[in-house]
Amino acid sequence: MVGLSIKDPIREQQMFASRAITLLLIIAVLLALLILRLIQLQVWEYDAYQTRSEQNRIQVQPLAPPRGLIYDRHGELLAENRVSSSVALVTERIENFAGTLERLGRLISVTPADISDFETRLQRKRRPFEPVALRQALTEEEIAILAVNRHLFNGVEVTTELIRYYPYNDLLAHAVGSVRRINEDDLRTLDEVPYSATKYVGKRGIEKFYERSLHGEVGYQQVEIDAHGRIRQVLDIKPPIAGQNISLHLDNRLQIAATAALGDRRGAVVALDPRSGGVLALVSHPGYDPNLFITGMSGEQYAQMSDSIYTPLFNRAVNGQYAPGSTFKPVVALAGLVHGSVTWDETIEDHGFFKLPGGSRIYRDWTWTRNNSGGQGTVDLHRAIYRSSNVFFYDLATRMPVDHLVGFARQFGIGFNVAVDISDASQGLLPDPIWKRGYKGEVWYPGDSVNMGIGQGDLLVTPLQMATLAATLANRGRVVRPRLLLSSDAALPEVDPPPPMPPVQGPSADDWDRMVDAMEAVVHRGNQGFRGNGTAWAYIGRDIAYRMAGKSGTAQVVEIRQGEEYEEEELAEFNRKHAWFIAFAPADDPIIALSVLVENGGGGSSVAGPVAREVLDHYLLPQLAER
Amino acid sequence: MARDFIRSLPEHERDAGASWLRSIHIDPLLMLLLVLVIGYGLVVLYSAVDQSQTLFQAQLVRISLAVVALVIAAQLPPQIYVRWAPFIYVFGIALLVLVLTVGVKVKGSQRWLDIPGIVRFQPSELMKIAVPMAVAWYFHDRPLPPSFKDVCVALAIVAIPAGCIIAQPDLGTGILVAVAGFAVVVLAGLPWRWMLYAGLALATAAPGLWFTLQDYQRQRIVTLFDPESDPLGAGWNIIQSTTAIGSGGLLGKGLFAGTQSHLDFLPEARTDFIIAVVGEELGFVGVTVLLGLYLLVIMRGMFIAVSAESTFGRLLSGALILTFFVYVFVNIAMVAGLLPVVGVPLPLVSYGGTSAITLMASFGILMAIRTHKAW
Repeated sequence: MVGLSIKDPIREQQMFASRAITLLLIIAVLLALLILRLIQLQVWEYDAYQTRSEQNRIQVQPLAPPRGLIYDRHGELLAENRVSSSVALVTERIENFAGTLERLGRLISVTPADISDFETRLQRKRRPFEPVALRQALTEEEIAILAVNRHLFNGVEVTTELIRYYPYNDLLAHAVGSVRRINEDDLRTLDEVPYSATKYVGKRGIEKFYERSLHGEVGYQQVEIDAHGRIRQVLDIKPPIAGQNISLHLDNRLQIAATAALGDRRGAVVALDPRSGGVLALVSHPGYDPNLFITGMSGEQYAQMSDSIYTPLFNRAVNGQYAPGSTFKPVVALAGLVHGSVTWDETIEDHGFFKLPGGSRIYRDWTWTRNNSGGQGTVDLHRAIYRSSNVFFYDLATRMPVDHLVGFARQFGIGFNVAVDISDASQGLLPDPIWKRGYKGEVWYPGDSVNMGIGQGDLLVTPLQMATLAATLANRGRVVRPRLLLSSDAALPEVDPPPPMPPVQGPSADDWDRMVDAMEAVVHRGNQGFRGNGTAWAYIGRDIAYRMAGKSGTAQVVEIRQGEEYEEEELAEFNRKHAWFIAFAPADDPIIALSVLVENGGGGSSVAGPVAREVLDHYLLPQLAER
Repeated sequence: MARDFIRSLPEHERDAGASWLRSIHIDPLLMLLLVLVIGYGLVVLYSAVDQSQTLFQAQLVRISLAVVALVIAAQLPPQIYVRWAPFIYVFGIALLVLVLTVGVKVKGSQRWLDIPGIVRFQPSELMKIAVPMAVAWYFHDRPLPPSFKDVCVALAIVAIPAGCIIAQPDLGTGILVAVAGFAVVVLAGLPWRWMLYAGLALATAAPGLWFTLQDYQRQRIVTLFDPESDPLGAGWNIIQSTTAIGSGGLLGKGLFAGTQSHLDFLPEARTDFIIAVVGEELGFVGVTVLLGLYLLVIMRGMFIAVSAESTFGRLLSGALILTFFVYVFVNIAMVAGLLPVVGVPLPLVSYGGTSAITLMASFGILMAIRTHKAW
């Protein structure tokens, strides 16, 4: 047996070759077996399988859930679902395509634009026998005509689905948001199964934030279907579960009034209930009709919207970021009081301009171009607010460390998005020395503090943040988070509310009350001559039936160079100043706080003030009449 | 016929045009056949993914990676493979143990190893090559046909990783790894008699094995014999795939025109059941052409194995090509309703990357054995 332990290459190779050939034979036999099976299936039993594939089959089809409805605080329907019928063509079943289109065009309206859109859709990937929509939103009459003539149109199908409908068109586009058709990008992020039948998904605002609850749960039906995709019979059904209905804090009548008050000016109005933070109105003008994104619009229409210099698709109320101008002064004043840089009794002499010690740059008061530019005279904090003295605040801002001012302002939610359910709101910008070094590569100059004293410089806020600021002043320091959702049928999974904001630390109760007094004087102090009246009195304070506290602001858009005079009319439309007004009322027990922004509107008191007044009137007068 | 084909090959190889391929250790004929299979597969796949550019391009990328794997594997001389075989094997076992302890669970099976941020892979895929390589290494210096003791050792080398994989649980891959290792033992000269005895023993034990199967595995076997017993559950796949193939007839319904494939009746149409798309759209002729191409690949592989100059080369290349055949056979037999449903993709045609890369790497090893003559 010794020989066996030695390798014998020749014998080994021969043995391997014989094994290989045996195995190849086995392989050949097995492959022949496969071929035989294929012959059985594809040749002998071909007819049976052919019929089987043609005949009824059972398919499971998903059913889209009806989307939850959205109501305002009074139960008015803001977003609903509508039945929409569309006519679709199954090109595989149509022999004479041009003829069918031509005959169809005689029964219902089919525009050349419909046909070209249809041809675009036809180019997209689809399954064989999948209907391609030709025209949407058929009228009742058209549906009836098509039903009567159905037998003449092989391959023409009328399909019905629920689509989102916003009855107020562009009124609420920015407040409620909107759904859009699910596109290829969405498919990558959405869960496949729950969305298997859904064609639209919340893309903006509330519709996006509460998507999970509004969407509902997909249902299924088991159907007998033939090989052309036609349903023969429904065997089993698990109905979809409708999305949650929700109610918002929004007051639709106030929304209408606020929109009307803005008129055709570009701008935003945000009104809050200072007690709850509930958003009563959220207007961004111009708006757009969200229904266009659902039923479809021409490329031209879309281009017109997206390329417009008036940016109707842009939500100014939550994403527009502007310098707050003088509306920021109450924050600076309270910060100064807390730091001890100023008291209510201290006065300064306002000669109409301010210079940093040793500096040459002149910072002017807003009255520079009027009344011989003599400045506002002797000014204390109270007067500095109702006269909106720039010089007082230039000076005050340099008397406290910038970090103190910034830290204090942060408590009001400036530089943050503190809203509960407005997740796409912008944060604005609360600059500080660290930010400036990082983004601009420069140190913080005393001039930066001077600018911040009157809400200019790099400081940026949104109308939503200014409304929050107004509510905080109304609440004497209690900060509320803005929220849109008022109630829902059941608890919503999205609502994992952030912790309440801590109240503003520092100012005494007396400081808050005196600040409110000063802001009331802005509106109500009148008949005292130009230097004695509140800045807004002449425009809104003469015949007012309730106590309103307010603060105007006029935010510079372009820098006016040193020593240069300018005429407002000469500035191009988009270079004019933004007009701001923040207000709340009734001053002693506020139930509404708001901010108004008019883009390139000019003076805060003269332009934004009346808008604020109109909105407050609309909200308060009926309530006061009831009492 | 097979012998004639094999004999004619060396002449073909004398073509001057193909010599540069040989200089980079690529076997021109095998490469040509692989390109034909892959090309045919891509055409079918393009239909199976409903002509989606995204999915199709993703597959192109994977195929390119697989070709790179082939070229790299072909560059290494077989000596390297012999030297490294035991280490790769031990490394693979270590990974399998790791999978069982810290692996990632996907759909109830713990098959994946996740190195965060780097890769996520199935070590069982590596074993499809490492196991036959280890067995070939074991027999390389030993006299053949093997002694009873050597057979036992070899079977142990196969059983350990196969057991680990079955424990994941991944019965399909476990069996395939076992088949790859066992092929080496058969090629090494395992007496036919012993196989007969083992087969008889297995048949006796079959009723007992039945009880070790998972419920879903049993259901798959029942379904095989009576698909109508559960037409919406486990039988669905078989009914739909045989309907797809049968309704294709002799010449098929035409590329992109299969109703079974495109109306969502056929499950897994782009992965394990893609041969049903071939059957439905290109008919009997289409499937037979593909089978013919596979057969040519297998014959060329066997020729390379027979003409290899070392025991290791012979055993390994023979085993790899046998495994390739087993994939083809199991997949098509499963779709045609001859075998229970197991997760085996159709080699080089199904959508997906891991299996293509492993297969092309093993063809690279075949080419290395063919072209590195110094050994």
